[in-house]
Amino acid sequence: MNALVQAEFAAALLDAERPVPAGLCAWNGSDPARRFAVYRNNVIVSLVGALADTFPVLRQLVGDEFFDAMAGLYVRAHPPTSPVLAHYGEGLADWLAAFDPARALPYLSDMARLERARIAACHAGDAQPLAAEAIAARLADPASLPGARPTLHPSCRVLRSPFDVHALWVAHQQEGDWPAIAIDQPCAMLVLRDPADEVWVIRLAAGAADFIAALAEGATFAEALQRAPGVDLPATLALLLRHGAIVGWSSSTSEQP
Amino acid sequence: MDTLAGIGLKDEHALPLLEGAAAVDFLEIHAENYFVAGGPRLRRLERLRERLPLSLHGVGLSIGGEAPLDEAHLDALAALLQRFEPRWFSEHLAWSSHGGTWLNDLLPLPYDDATLQRVCEHIDRVQTRLRRRMLLENPSSYVAYECSTWDEGAFIAEVVRRTGCGALLDVNNAYVSGVNHGRDPWALIEALPVDAIGEIHLAGFAEDRDAAGDRMLIDHHGAPVDAAVWALYQRTLERLGPRPTLIERDNEVPALPVLAAEAAHARAAMRALGTALQEAA
Repeated sequence: MNALVQAEFAAALLDAERPVPAGLCAWNGSDPARRFAVYRNNVIVSLVGALADTFPVLRQLVGDEFFDAMAGLYVRAHPPTSPVLAHYGEGLADWLAAFDPARALPYLSDMARLERARIAACHAGDAQPLAAEAIAARLADPASLPGARPTLHPSCRVLRSPFDVHALWVAHQQEGDWPAIAIDQPCAMLVLRDPADEVWVIRLAAGAADFIAALAEGATFAEALQRAPGVDLPATLALLLRHGAIVGWSSSTSEQP
Repeated sequence: MDTLAGIGLKDEHALPLLEGAAAVDFLEIHAENYFVAGGPRLRRLERLRERLPLSLHGVGLSIGGEAPLDEAHLDALAALLQRFEPRWFSEHLAWSSHGGTWLNDLLPLPYDDATLQRVCEHIDRVQTRLRRRMLLENPSSYVAYECSTWDEGAFIAEVVRRTGCGALLDVNNAYVSGVNHGRDPWALIEALPVDAIGEIHLAGFAEDRDAAGDRMLIDHHGAPVDAAVWALYQRTLERLGPRPTLIERDNEVPALPVLAAEAAHARAAMRALGTALQEAA
């Protein structure tokens, strides 16, 4: 009997059109619908709030009212599957891409992807960056370098967009009076957490993005160079080292001594 | 001795606490906020636990859920318990997920024999898997079930008796549910075995009305502890003696000193009690 109670209760929480579950009552004989509405409200408001915490720039871009209505629809369509709300909203970017009322702002999806990546980077696993000397020694050995397969920090993620969501995101890191952004140009970004626990959103040239993305997928330096012929290698390696992004060498390297 | 007064830990208070900006005796964390692979939140907790005792408060186990407990969730709890060695572990008499959907609220249970048996089985499993005693918290609720046959207090007392778990007495929940169900909140508190109560929660509520225009309180953790709840807390202390007491605030979170002042109020109430008892002896 309880099984039926909870199935009906859960369905009615997420769908305001459904009737209030049978078998509920109030001490004073009042209509339990008004009381059940407290639960409906708690569920939707708390989850919309969780999304608002994860996507602050998205919320600024569309306005609080639009965001809350949109997030409410998302919550009802895709409620969380886990109590770990740090992971909630992973699917929002894809959902937004097909969300008709937001069609006029096609960059929202990629902004959602960027904001989600920042949260993921914040909570990603820990790994100690390689000591500068260890990396310098490896870089100084030209014979083994091409076959070296660096392991990037678990927080590293390369994002690309046909829109300049990087400039838009940067502009929204300050209060009000956001400057006009030339949104119609592509951008690439590296999102990562550094050893001081700072989460960075770093603009990348196309070559650097291809190179780092290849490394993130487990490529050797030589393979990554092949996929990113235009990369500024010294600058890109310096960027990775400066942010503590190289945390080891993969053992699958055949050319290693 | 047991006059510890703590606060629920919010991310924004972690650094001020590490800098010694406020005196609190323990911190309570919501377990599921720490089910992450790494990063600053876990690192800050590592540093805080070196200074203060922790209470691990689960909000996601869905102990009253019809389905078997999520074993992966229990594994994650076990890992947190091992890593942070909290002094207390507690969960709610409620359900919060169904059919793979997480509903993010503490939902009410019918107090009947079937629920009693299921809750006891789940608590047995929790205590076996985690190899420790848990504290079960009384809920706040807005609706009742026609099929309930037990009073809330008697129900919890029976769970305690059958499983050997302890109780976390949320005095605000006792008050909120008392008003919401037209019953005396003291009846719940009096029904709980004195020795089983390992921790007390205090929080704030919001005022609302039900369909009949009667008072209905919303347990929103977004306001200071109400005077009526402080009065009920005082009466509770006189019955129990001092118990570790936590100020919960999850919405409209004020600056750390504001919460620390509420904790100090609870601490003072416990210490005054000790003095009064000594003078009476």
